[in-house]
Amino acid sequence: MKTFMSFVVALGLAGAIILQPLGAAAADKSILIGFTASQTGKLNVEATRQINGLNLWVEQVNQAGGIKLPDGTHVKVQTKYYDDESNKERVQELYTRLISSDKADFLISPYSSGLADAAAVMAQQYNKIMITTGASSDSIFKKGYTLVYMTYTPASRYLTGALDVLLKLDPAAKKIAIIHENDKFSTDVVTALKKYAEDKGMEVPMFEGYDSGATDFAPFINKIPKGVDGVMGGGHFADTTTFARQFYEKKVPAKMLALLVAPPEPKFAELGDACIGVIGPSQWEPFATYSPEAAKAEKVEWFGPTVQDFLKLYSAKYGKEEPSYHSAGGYAAGLILQKGIEAAGSLDTDKVQAAIDKEDMYTFYGRIKFNTTPNLHGLQDGHEMIYIQWRKDKQGKPEKIAVWPASAASAAPVLRKVE
Amino acid sequence: MFAHLSASLVDGLLIGFVYGIAAMGLSLIWGVMRVINLAHGATMALGMFCIYGLFTKLGINPYLGVPLAALLALLFGFLIYGVALHRVMQSGYLYTLLATFAVNMIIIGVGTTLFTTSPRNVDFSLGSLQMGSEILLGTRLVAAVASVVITVALYLFLYFTRTGKAIRAVSNNRAAAELMGISSTQVLALSFGLGTMLAAVAGGLTATFFPFTILSGGAYQLKSFVICVLGGLGNPLGALFGGLILGALEGIVPVFMPVSWVPVVEFGLFVLVLVVRPTGLMGAK
Repeated sequence: MKTFMSFVVALGLAGAIILQPLGAAAADKSILIGFTASQTGKLNVEATRQINGLNLWVEQVNQAGGIKLPDGTHVKVQTKYYDDESNKERVQELYTRLISSDKADFLISPYSSGLADAAAVMAQQYNKIMITTGASSDSIFKKGYTLVYMTYTPASRYLTGALDVLLKLDPAAKKIAIIHENDKFSTDVVTALKKYAEDKGMEVPMFEGYDSGATDFAPFINKIPKGVDGVMGGGHFADTTTFARQFYEKKVPAKMLALLVAPPEPKFAELGDACIGVIGPSQWEPFATYSPEAAKAEKVEWFGPTVQDFLKLYSAKYGKEEPSYHSAGGYAAGLILQKGIEAAGSLDTDKVQAAIDKEDMYTFYGRIKFNTTPNLHGLQDGHEMIYIQWRKDKQGKPEKIAVWPASAASAAPVLRKVE
Repeated sequence: MFAHLSASLVDGLLIGFVYGIAAMGLSLIWGVMRVINLAHGATMALGMFCIYGLFTKLGINPYLGVPLAALLALLFGFLIYGVALHRVMQSGYLYTLLATFAVNMIIIGVGTTLFTTSPRNVDFSLGSLQMGSEILLGTRLVAAVASVVITVALYLFLYFTRTGKAIRAVSNNRAAAELMGISSTQVLALSFGLGTMLAAVAGGLTATFFPFTILSGGAYQLKSFVICVLGGLGNPLGALFGGLILGALEGIVPVFMPVSWVPVVEFGLFVLVLVVRPTGLMGAK
């Protein structure tokens, strides 16, 4: 009996020794990704969707066993986050805590350019790689940061396509009015738009900003000069929605209304008739046509799920909520980091940085490629905007259609009906 | 320029009526109770959500929903008074201020949990009325008319009913009123209920033309304080007058200068009135 027991113990020990390395190879590392989420405050809607997308990526990676390194190591992903209350001061305090106390290995930015800008400083100071998503202000990437990477198309390219649409539909268009929120993101967008319009020989007789949190836009709408062909601008969801509604009620005779952020959101349809004809730039839409085949045709690598797979996974996790571009951006930020770690074969900041610098890939979210020049390091160079327009469907209800660029459009854009 | 000016002035005045109703509630509470109600803005936001809920869930016309919201707010005001204010009424301004601040934080906390801070919109339009070159928005016109009706009703209530006279008596001299057999506790509860009701009505009317979140009340509360000082603290009619001044300023100032100057002008006037005529333009009552 004693001999038999010794044999069993020896067999058990031998088994443990033999199997232990295999078990370790299956999942022997983990990384902590830190971020803040605006669970309260004015950015709650967009931030929640962004975090939903990011959490879905984390779930998918971990279900697949973790991020796979070339040496067979599997890296599980853990997250740590805090509510930043949509407040810039809280962001810096919380990112310091994420880095110093929680020992986050990599960082994802909060939603909005203002908050991401505040967080990026901390990432660079503490030598941590940060993927910004929900932030498209160009100015963040003009500060010489080397560890901050952008998921969104930069603000400078947000509304220029809308101007192209206007000029295509009405080549005689000469004037646009620009009314925008006085925040970093919106100001970056419209400053670039103004320059683009003037370079095209157009006049911008009105260029005015309103404070964040404004609710009454009647004073601005009353000031729109006569003979303006298009009105462009806006800011974030709440103010832009209000602006669109008052613009409609005031019967402004402009042929185009192109606004930031709010139009791609499904909730914009709650405006009813006031949303019809409004054009908006979107970082991504569920009807985007990116595919592995198209990527192959461009000789660019495909990475991650297809658009259809992403939609299925998202609806399986979040039910009725349709993913917005904020959600897709959250997931894409995870993919950028995953690809960087996989290519580097390491969790070392310098090696992952070098790998992300070299990324050039297509994902369900579109193309990802970064500017690596010293002055604009990390700026998104590959991704392009999709322009949507609200129309009435056969039942007379608002529906969102991709109208620009032609390669992604499911219908041609139209001008607003002017009474 | 004149067309811009007149259109903006009319838009501003129409909004000013609703500002006036909101400030009237704050003024009534201060005038009778000597309480600075920091839950006023949050109550306005609840009024907005009440109208939104009645309209989107039950299909009730927003203007029919306003009286229902008013009744609920009246009862809610009684509740706040009973739970948070009654016991600290004799303890001084700081205690009542903190009590209403606590109520404000509770409403915002619960509201954020229930409704999130996602903007809501009452998709209800009354079209617009073209008068010459000016376009008057139907929802703003109705809100202005409703505000006038409410002001007149409040005036008649305060000056021509027994209960209204009791409120004024408590406002003038609480000790003397009690010696005359008036129950000051009931009057204070009623005053707080009426103030809360006016806030909810103003919120409900605002919801018909502006999108809102549970945090929206804060900005209107700040405006209400400015209006109360302009019109005269404790003078409900002065509050309406102050609301019109503020609305007009918000309409006119952006015609001549960037909108960032609006608060500068508003608060500049606020300080000027405090220095030159501390009782307000129509005098405190």
